[in-house]
Amino acid sequence: MSTMLHAPTRRALLLGSGALFAWAFVPRIARAEGRDPRFLTIVLRGALDGLAAVAPVGDPDWIKLRGDNALRLDGKSPALPLDGFFALNPAMPNLHRLYKAGQAIVAHAVATPYRERSHFDGQDVLESGYARVGRADTGWLNRVLAGLAPGDRVQSLPHGSAHGRRSFAVGPITPLVVRGSAPVLSWVPSRLPPVGDETTMRLLEIYRQTDPMLARVLEDRINLTKIAGSDPSRRSGENTGPAIQIGNIEQVRAYFAEAAGGAAKFLASADGPRVGALALDGWDTHVNEGAVNGRLSALLGALDAAIAAIETNMGAAWSETVVALITEFGRTARINGNDGTDHGTATVALFAGGALKGGRIVADWPGVKEADLYQNRDLKPTTDLRAVLKGLLKDHLRVEEQVLATDIFPDSEAAKPIEGLLA
Amino acid sequence: MALDPIEAAVALHRFGFGPRAGSIALLASDPRGALLAELDRPNVGQVANAGLMTSGQINRVTFEFNAERQAKQRLEARRKEAEKQEAAKRAAEGAAVESAAMEKSMEAKSMEAAAPAAPPNPPPETPMRENFIREAKAHYDAAINAEIGFVERLVWFWSNHFCVNADGTVMAGAYEREAIRPHVLGRFVDMLLAAESHPAMLIYLDNVQSTGPNSVAGINQNRGLNENLAREILELHTLGVRTVYTQEDVTSFAKVITGWTLLTTATNPHNGGEFLYHPRMHEPGAQTVLGKSYRDTGVEQGRAVLTDLARHPATAKHIATKLARHFIADEPPPALVERLTQRFIETEGDLWQVSKALLAAAESWLPERAKIKRPAEWFVAVRRAAGFSGGPPGPILQGANRLGEPLWRPPAPKGFSDDNSAWLDGLAHRLDSANAFAQNTAARLDPNAVMEAGLGPLASPETRQAVARAESKAQALTFVIMAPEFQRR
Repeated sequence: MSTMLHAPTRRALLLGSGALFAWAFVPRIARAEGRDPRFLTIVLRGALDGLAAVAPVGDPDWIKLRGDNALRLDGKSPALPLDGFFALNPAMPNLHRLYKAGQAIVAHAVATPYRERSHFDGQDVLESGYARVGRADTGWLNRVLAGLAPGDRVQSLPHGSAHGRRSFAVGPITPLVVRGSAPVLSWVPSRLPPVGDETTMRLLEIYRQTDPMLARVLEDRINLTKIAGSDPSRRSGENTGPAIQIGNIEQVRAYFAEAAGGAAKFLASADGPRVGALALDGWDTHVNEGAVNGRLSALLGALDAAIAAIETNMGAAWSETVVALITEFGRTARINGNDGTDHGTATVALFAGGALKGGRIVADWPGVKEADLYQNRDLKPTTDLRAVLKGLLKDHLRVEEQVLATDIFPDSEAAKPIEGLLA
Repeated sequence: MALDPIEAAVALHRFGFGPRAGSIALLASDPRGALLAELDRPNVGQVANAGLMTSGQINRVTFEFNAERQAKQRLEARRKEAEKQEAAKRAAEGAAVESAAMEKSMEAKSMEAAAPAAPPNPPPETPMRENFIREAKAHYDAAINAEIGFVERLVWFWSNHFCVNADGTVMAGAYEREAIRPHVLGRFVDMLLAAESHPAMLIYLDNVQSTGPNSVAGINQNRGLNENLAREILELHTLGVRTVYTQEDVTSFAKVITGWTLLTTATNPHNGGEFLYHPRMHEPGAQTVLGKSYRDTGVEQGRAVLTDLARHPATAKHIATKLARHFIADEPPPALVERLTQRFIETEGDLWQVSKALLAAAESWLPERAKIKRPAEWFVAVRRAAGFSGGPPGPILQGANRLGEPLWRPPAPKGFSDDNSAWLDGLAHRLDSANAFAQNTAARLDPNAVMEAGLGPLASPETRQAVARAESKAQALTFVIMAPEFQRR
């Protein structure tokens, strides 16, 4: 009820309504140089299929690998060419435009040091910045902030309450990547985060197998337009029917745009924060992935619109912005038995922003021949994601290389920062 | 004794507010014994009410607050009127408008517009709102922190049976503590008397103005009966709809309880808002209810009727049916209803004994979990499984609002429905709430631990597999709290 908004419950309200954007404060060093850099990290939880986002259309083994599910330059929905070898998913025209304008970079066949295939552990490694599982107390982005002189913006936040902004930190709800000792504040989009299709489908699968009554109710209520095999007696693994349409993609689009666009407004404002993070879920496409005209394509479209919203809302500050879109790992190189892909290893990382020296691909392409695959199933990692991130942090936020190798991404000396990513 | 963790988990979900970490193991040696033991615990079902106002206090505080606010508003209106007259005077003298000042204020406005949407500023706090929050916290914390929560479930059941509405009174929270809790394991007749004479009920069902047409006040002010409370007592609180009473019984009973009203605070600064039997409003003379004549003994006339209603077999059956429906099944086993009815009659409505009979009945332990948890109950169960120990009530209040079960705001005097069908429609919204909860808490919760705590042996292989394969902690947590095993009891 709207009447609950008083001091002690306000924080609880934030906790209760879905939080997604957190921020903290800026590097004095960069400001001393006359720059005012912005850095936004978007964690794509669920493991984005890098080969479906950016396809190696010039690789002679590509069509053989993915068959009908392969993005290609011809056909009904042609992929958007990037550099003659790689092409972008057609659902992402904004990112394509930015790439062509020198404001986007694609890093391919990248991976964190994590080599198992658990989402939770993979996300912990991705966001904590530690080389191994088991350290999930602070995130690398927060340690970046903690290591930089905090600047004086803490005193001039937009609409902080009179109760003291530092105490307004809501650690538990912020993405791990930005959790830690540096003060972090959060803002909450007005809408509840939409339930991912995958979550709904898997829950429905539990219901179908164990509780036909609940299954019927859920099917009725979520506007499933077409469900293959809604017979509750069907067991999992047989669900290989046609694509399932759930009516919430508009909700997803609106939420992505509001969360990312809202973050951008904060980053753009003169006295606002300069570093932020948010997480967008729903990338775990085990069944009916739909890279071209299905679910993943719709999600990528929503992500593309979110990137556009960031660009728009950044205004002039876009020229000093870097947005990093990262995911915990990739997916199997081959399509599985359900027209989807299972957990894999290497994937893409996408970067956009006016501060980039963009229009290029960072990749040491491993190939997709059977012999080239990692464990004969995944795209082989050839670039350490940390090297890319370190390059950005070093040149954009002026984090020292030694600090990057020890504090931000501990034990990452071997993954030298990739130079020259910034304009 | 052999361990029975499955029955322990069922016991916690069906009769309590769901397991907390370790409680399944704790109950496994004797689930039924543990439930019975809770009934005997001293002060069970009561809340330590430090800092909570009585219904009279909150009533008076509200009255004073509103009176002061009104006075301030009047002063402000007078001041504005005076300013307006002053300005009109000056305008007549030809004072020019400062256009620069105007521009400046426009600029400030456009800057505001450019700022990102922020959480709205908290509205000004009122003592009523603060009190509601404190009451809500006490209400939910008692459930979240109960060891099993059978008695708290009974409190919720009875509070809903004798519901009032917080939209019409500031006393809803106090009412539960004053009229319901003290009698939750006591005698039904005492709860009935406490509820029907409580100011919150008298306001909710319009008895405060009900005036005997032949009473002094009725004649002098030409006022009359309001049947609302009398009818709902017969229809909802005691005998049950379409049972043994007629319209004449309703009218007579309404006359019997004329004069049951409350002291106004305007004239009683120290006791305003408390129950008052007002003889001047009371219909004089004997009244016949259900074929029995009751002499006019003032306030005792009403008590006598209520006492008889409490021991009427129709009441016993009505209560037994509702209890069985709430805890066991929409269409409860007739044998169970019969057993509870008999127990109610034998013990003259001893709710401790009736509650024990519910636990003792074989029909109460059928393995099928036929009921869907109501939304607020589910929110509590989620927090228990997650290891929370209370906290600000905002999230549950908000969630319950979204899912159609706003605290102390039932849609009608009948209270919130106990039929699955009423709540199943909200399943998809429940998923939205589950997802939001999971997104917000996944960082500090281990979905497997929540599953073991909240479901333990009830977790199906399908649920376990989905949790193991989830794409994120949040998704795993969503599966745990949305699993049929967690939704049903």
